[in-house]
Amino acid sequence: MGDEVVVSIRSDQDMVEARAKSRRLADDLGFSRTDATLIATAISEIARNILVHAGRGEISMRPLCEDMRYGLVVIARDSGPGIRDVHRAVESGFASRGGLGMGLPGARRLMDEFDVESEPGEGTTVTMTKWRVPDDLERLREKRLRRAGHPSS
Amino acid sequence: MSVLISRQGDYLIASVVSDLSDSQVVALRAELGERVGDLRATGIIVDVGGLDVIDSFVARSLRSIALTMRLRGAETVVVGIQPEVAIAMVQFDLDLDPIHSALDIDEAFSLLDQWTEGTPEDGR
Repeated sequence: MGDEVVVSIRSDQDMVEARAKSRRLADDLGFSRTDATLIATAISEIARNILVHAGRGEISMRPLCEDMRYGLVVIARDSGPGIRDVHRAVESGFASRGGLGMGLPGARRLMDEFDVESEPGEGTTVTMTKWRVPDDLERLREKRLRRAGHPSS
Repeated sequence: MSVLISRQGDYLIASVVSDLSDSQVVALRAELGERVGDLRATGIIVDVGGLDVIDSFVARSLRSIALTMRLRGAETVVVGIQPEVAIAMVQFDLDLDPIHSALDIDEAFSLLDQWTEGTPEDGR
């Protein structure tokens, strides 16, 4: 499993880097190409929000392991002006279709878990997770390993 | 260069060969606007096969490119949207309306041929 990857977001070129790195990490973790694309698209939106609203910030991504599943968690932080009404900003339909500001609701639809913490003047932290449930074959293999005396955890 | 622009008959083909930054997407619109005038192109094919991600900004920009080109007298067809990218766009609830998209360049050629040879009230 890969380690934590941190990309500082200061320009639109950094967004390109964040998308590429998320894809690499998702590949390493065994996500499908489709899921890797969903994650990269969500990251792209969140990174643009950082640039547009805060000017700079940081995106970190790392693997997350649980018993029956594993995932990729993305945390985007900035110290920008923050969001007054988080609930409204995350709700779909708040932004006009195709208009600016559809980033948060769109990213939420692409990920499995999505949380925004923000206070006016205190910056914004977006935490989003994509889970990957191992398929039957993988589970069987792990079971066999465990039986053979190689605890996987 | 991340976008290769070539000409085939009355059409311009812009092939995006790698991921683009937001400013490169904006630059593409300006460049296509100029080239359409220089070459008197009546159709533009934007091949986005090199894009791993089409997010809200890129979708909005493609739409904006097509509408700008229409004002310049040329119709636009987007081709080469990767299957995973199409899935992500649907899940995101993004579309390219009112722009047409086609599977590949051949299909885009036949669409553009139909439109440019068709009656004016076809609109597009």
